[in-house]
Amino acid sequence: MEFLVASSIGLLTTCGTYLLLRGRTFPVVVGLALLSYAVNVFLFAMGRLTINMPPILREGVTEYTDPLPQALVLTAIVISFGMTALIVVLSIRAFLEIGNDHVDGRPVGEPSEAGDKN
Amino acid sequence: MSLTLIVLLPFIGAVLPAIMIRAGRNACAIATGSVTLLALILLMAKAPAVIGGEVFQVSYDWLPELGLNVTFFLDGLGLLFATLILGIGLLIIIYARFYLSKDDPMGRFYVFLLLFQGAMVGIVLSDNILLLLVFWELTSLSSFLLIGYWKHLPEGRQGARMALAVTGGGGLAMIAGMLILGNIVGSYDLSVILQNADMIQASPMYVPALVLILLGCFTKSAQFPFHFWLPHAMAAPTPVSAYLHSATMVKAGIFLMARMWPVLSGTPEWFYIVATTGLVTMVLGAWIAIFKHDLKGLLAYSTVSHLGLVTMLLGFGTPIAAVAGVFHIINHATFKAALFMTAGIVDHETGTRDIRRFGGLINLMPIAGTIGIISAASMAGIIPFNGFLSKEMMLEEAWHTVWMDQSWFMPVLATIGAIFSVAYSFRFIFHVWLGKPRDENLPHHPHDPPFGMWAPPAFLTILVILIGLFPAAIAGPIVAATSAAVIGGALPEYHLALWHGLTPALGMSIIAIVVGAVLLMRHGSLLSATANLSRPDAKAMFDCGMAKLVTVTRFATEKLHNGSLQRYLAITIFAAIAIGLTGFYAEPDHTAGTRELLAVSPAAAIGWVLLVVTCLAAVVMHHNRLLSLLLVGVIGLIVSLGFIYLSAPDLALTQISVEVVTVILMLLALNILPKETPKESLAGRKMRDGVISIAAGLGIGSAIWAIMTRELPNSISAFHLANSKTEGGGTNVVNVILVDFRGFDTFGEIIVLGIAALSIFALIETVSGSEAAKRLASWVVKNRRSADRHPMMMVIATRVMLPLSLMVGVYIFLRGHNEPGGGFIAGLVVSVALVMQYMASGFGWTQNRMKVRYHGMIGLGVIAAAITGASAWVAGLPFLTSGFVHVHLPIVGEFELASAMGFDLGVFLTVVGAVMLALAKLSQVERMAEHADINRHPMDYDPSVQTTTPEKEA
Repeated sequence: MEFLVASSIGLLTTCGTYLLLRGRTFPVVVGLALLSYAVNVFLFAMGRLTINMPPILREGVTEYTDPLPQALVLTAIVISFGMTALIVVLSIRAFLEIGNDHVDGRPVGEPSEAGDKN
Repeated sequence: MSLTLIVLLPFIGAVLPAIMIRAGRNACAIATGSVTLLALILLMAKAPAVIGGEVFQVSYDWLPELGLNVTFFLDGLGLLFATLILGIGLLIIIYARFYLSKDDPMGRFYVFLLLFQGAMVGIVLSDNILLLLVFWELTSLSSFLLIGYWKHLPEGRQGARMALAVTGGGGLAMIAGMLILGNIVGSYDLSVILQNADMIQASPMYVPALVLILLGCFTKSAQFPFHFWLPHAMAAPTPVSAYLHSATMVKAGIFLMARMWPVLSGTPEWFYIVATTGLVTMVLGAWIAIFKHDLKGLLAYSTVSHLGLVTMLLGFGTPIAAVAGVFHIINHATFKAALFMTAGIVDHETGTRDIRRFGGLINLMPIAGTIGIISAASMAGIIPFNGFLSKEMMLEEAWHTVWMDQSWFMPVLATIGAIFSVAYSFRFIFHVWLGKPRDENLPHHPHDPPFGMWAPPAFLTILVILIGLFPAAIAGPIVAATSAAVIGGALPEYHLALWHGLTPALGMSIIAIVVGAVLLMRHGSLLSATANLSRPDAKAMFDCGMAKLVTVTRFATEKLHNGSLQRYLAITIFAAIAIGLTGFYAEPDHTAGTRELLAVSPAAAIGWVLLVVTCLAAVVMHHNRLLSLLLVGVIGLIVSLGFIYLSAPDLALTQISVEVVTVILMLLALNILPKETPKESLAGRKMRDGVISIAAGLGIGSAIWAIMTRELPNSISAFHLANSKTEGGGTNVVNVILVDFRGFDTFGEIIVLGIAALSIFALIETVSGSEAAKRLASWVVKNRRSADRHPMMMVIATRVMLPLSLMVGVYIFLRGHNEPGGGFIAGLVVSVALVMQYMASGFGWTQNRMKVRYHGMIGLGVIAAAITGASAWVAGLPFLTSGFVHVHLPIVGEFELASAMGFDLGVFLTVVGAVMLALAKLSQVERMAEHADINRHPMDYDPSVQTTTPEKEA
């Protein structure tokens, strides 16, 4: 199981990073979303994996999973929504301002720097 | 306390001139002067005790963990310098009142001057070397403002920049040196450092510390080869030059050498570096001064030379030389400030500073002339003025000093320095004041200035004469007190007197005066003889060096920071990988973890395969944006299933509800943004990004693999599990952590969320009038519209679901403390329920029925959380301490009502407000683009209304 989680985190990171490096805003947003999954699951897995041991206190149960990473990740998920919303709106505004959705934010017709053409 | 006040007064008083200038120039000057006078009076009140050997000390903790405390102490050395700074400062304030013309912004001048004064006083009274460094940098900054005061003059700006670059650069070196010093001793307090000379000099880090500190001192005190900034700083108004270059800024380096003298001096390194630098500076500065035609230029190089003299004396490392150095500091401050002010008078009255155009000015300006001649004679070292005394002592010390086994070297060079010094001083006397007028057409017709302008230099000149005639009576006590502080031990035997008998020094003095006079008589031929000598132009070299530096930094900046987000991200990720790899290889032991692993269930394996396929598909097909968005949704779904499977029900609930709103949000975005990503990446770029991404993924994946295969070390988690019920009153430990144990974090996070939503609001609200508004106004809807925009089925379904889902929200909220749920999740669920209405019936229609303003909700949420937290104060407990009671309700049963629930309500409100505000603002853009009217009816076809199509009606 641990291998599955570790490889998923690695894969999510790879895909997220690759999309993050694209030249248009939308893939960057998607990449960031994938990267957030990776980071959240990573943080969550810091508390080690357990099955059927939710951190809800019950009579007679003594073994629980680590609640702390879960609390941290919970707010992280919500915050990453806020971040995603902000950059989505930023990219829309930039697109409307300059007429293209390239991440470098140069208006149409302005030459991008040599050797850096996406 | 009053010690702190002495330092703070100029800083606090610095606001006065800015205000008082409205009441006129006199009021402004008086206000400024009163500040300095008050500080001076406070200082003088302590003077008798300090001269009697007492040391005053005050201390306040600032950052004790760093060894940085606000500690001041006042001993003889501090007293001398503080007196010079405040005393001459007061004279300068009076002088500047009359010097500055009506066009000069006087208020600003006095503000800068007081800031500078405060910084200088701070340096000389600091007991903590870190605090001293702070003041040190402050003098660099405030002197920059003063030197560049006439900002319309290019020379002023360049001179200010050069001074800042040189002294600021030296200051950086000094920070390093001081930190090393503090590390050796284990304390940053001067009073401790000064007690540990042996420890410092025995340390292997002594030489680096010494060199770095001296770099700071030499740059500040304009020692060769850093002397070049000082003459260029002459572009400043003369009061600034008189203040900075006689008594204060350039003396800061000297002060520090004197302050550190007990611990740093006495070694061969100290002697050869400091004494040699001082000697070279003294001779070179004096030589250049002879040929300067600019009155202030001459004085500037003479200042360089005299600073070299004092540096050399301190460099000798003997107590008696230190006494001579201290005495010369006093003497130089008096005559040099007077000379600068006289030069300012000449400039002010004649309109030029070119010595070649002067001559016989004493006939026109008898008072200024007398002042100038006496001060210059003191500078030349003529009996009976005070300059003679300290120069005599210097020559005496040079006579006894052996340099590299050569006993002739020091005396000869010191005499040469003295000869040059006599030559330029005589030039100041004979070419300016005496002789015949050489230029009848001076820009103005000169006459003596107003009283306020000549009184300050006259006062100093009286001191020059009095100290010369009665040195022991007038300067004796302060010299003794200061020297005792510098030496840090018993005073050597010395006599401050005009006549010491027929000593070698007297002979050297006579040689200097005679040869110097001869040199001046031959000045014309000396000028032509040296005219063709190539002399390095320090400014050209400095400018060239700066230009090269700028080229290099610009190149680096443009490579790293070229405005391309792709490059920034690539560099950032690459750096992160490199740092990770370094850490990986720094640890030689890479054994596999031994923790027992969980078995793979078939469901988990299926989920994993699904995740891998969707991830890869999302990358491969990312050009089709709609598809990639759907794939992201699927990935989010798998992640939340994973959370459920791995004992994290709260996370699963949060993830899935966030997923819904995120997908809606991005769908809205895609309505505006292009639907396709163009295929424009070159193969090389794809390869590069692929390599970086795979490296990043491998790194992160193996890191978490390594973590998960090892046992969980003892963490603070056990505490939360043990105390959740008893202290927080809830059984859902995750929720209790969020609203109680780590409530302050959550508080910060909802604020961040609120700020993000408000930023979104701002980004959309400011569209009107911008380029974006034009684009939206001429927007052409390209994609095909659905025939029924608000289908009846959907409208009815969402209406039916609304109360149900709101109920679910309330339920999740209420049980959150004990079962999976809570404010975050409830907020998201309610948001989804509301968004469904917007989707079904359109934004406008729904918005008209929503009476709640989302901004208000965000604010209310943050306030609710804050009030809940603060209410703990009423009970005398720390912020966010929660209490709880048991409540019994019918149907629901017994549950605990914790005060944390109020906090969770704040979370809930903020989340709903933020999510709804973000979506509402996005849909506002859509409406602007679509030019669509607001639909009057909730659905396309409403069977209860007796019309055919609502579109027609609208």
